Amino acid sequence: MSAALLIDILLWGSVLGVGLIAFRRGPPVFKASLREGSMDFINIVPRIALGVIGSGYIAAIIPQEVITGWLGPDSGWLGVASAVVAGAATPGGPVIGFSIGTVALKSGGGVPQVVAYVVAWALFAFQRVILWEIPFMPARFVWFRCAVSVPFPFVAAAIAMVIGKP
Amino acid sequence: MSDLPPKAPAPAEDAESEPRPGRVRKPIGWSTIIIAALVAVSATLVWRRDGSAGVLDILTHDLSLFGGILPRVLAGCLLGAFISEILPHEKVSRSLGPKSGLMGLLIGTAFGAILPGGPFTAYPVASALLAVGADFGATIAMVVSWTLIGYGRAVAWEIPIMGTDFTLWRIAISLPLPVLAGALGRFVYVRLYPKPLAKGDES
Repeated sequence: MSAALLIDILLWGSVLGVGLIAFRRGPPVFKASLREGSMDFINIVPRIALGVIGSGYIAAIIPQEVITGWLGPDSGWLGVASAVVAGAATPGGPVIGFSIGTVALKSGGGVPQVVAYVVAWALFAFQRVILWEIPFMPARFVWFRCAVSVPFPFVAAAIAMVIGKP
Repeated sequence: MSDLPPKAPAPAEDAESEPRPGRVRKPIGWSTIIIAALVAVSATLVWRRDGSAGVLDILTHDLSLFGGILPRVLAGCLLGAFISEILPHEKVSRSLGPKSGLMGLLIGTAFGAILPGGPFTAYPVASALLAVGADFGATIAMVVSWTLIGYGRAVAWEIPIMGTDFTLWRIAISLPLPVLAGALGRFVYVRLYPKPLAKGDES
């Protein structure tokens, strides 16, 4: 119950908060943004549907073992590079991403490689990009954001190599 | 206030009358078509491997997931709409716009780090910021900060699964990344889309 409920409370609390501010600017402002938000919702729903249902099928044809394989014994920069690919290709939500990271750590994966994996997963996991980012953001922004983010898992791995283990 | 051109007396009204530039309005774009094709191929592969039962299994599971997500999506959309309505455009473009410098990237980073909720809030809000005058750089800083140093996912998933030590250490390593990503984004954007496109944003 806890985490999901807390998220919902925070979420609807924030909606209520900003809604109240909008309402105090006058009912027309409030109504306009309410309509705007509802229209966005209606426009977004088909894409979210495609994303949710679609990513289930895409995930089903990318078995987890393939991902774990990419996070294999390779150390050094080659290992970092394959960890980045693995992070982007990981299907499913945070449970799967972080579990794979934990397994890699426990089975002797290098710390910089696991950091690169987790950071790459956070930045590029295809499921989140398809399901959330593309429906909500202008497509041009999404591609641009992804392209610009490519160096940063490597930067994170480099920092990890310099400052050492947790 | 004083810099406004004479024919724009009320900025709020101006914001109402023109369609929001950054908001997604096209129901179907290239990204959607590519994803739909990818989904069709994947579903066919699943069908050939597991038969109709396999396809139905995933469908029912994902439909229930979809049902659970919808209210949060609505909340995210409303949050984005309210925020874009109550934030003064002029102020946003000054503090998060192309000329906002390091400060704009830091504000974007801070905003992403404190934003509550998950992807269903982060992206609608980021889209709203784009619409009211934030540039790609500050918005990239916000999105990257939300995903790398935001507390939501860290508290709910990363700490329980990967442990507190690893998570805090990973976040510490990630601290400079949003600002760097935003700066790189700004650097590339100005060179990729010189002046004329910079203001009108979409299409």
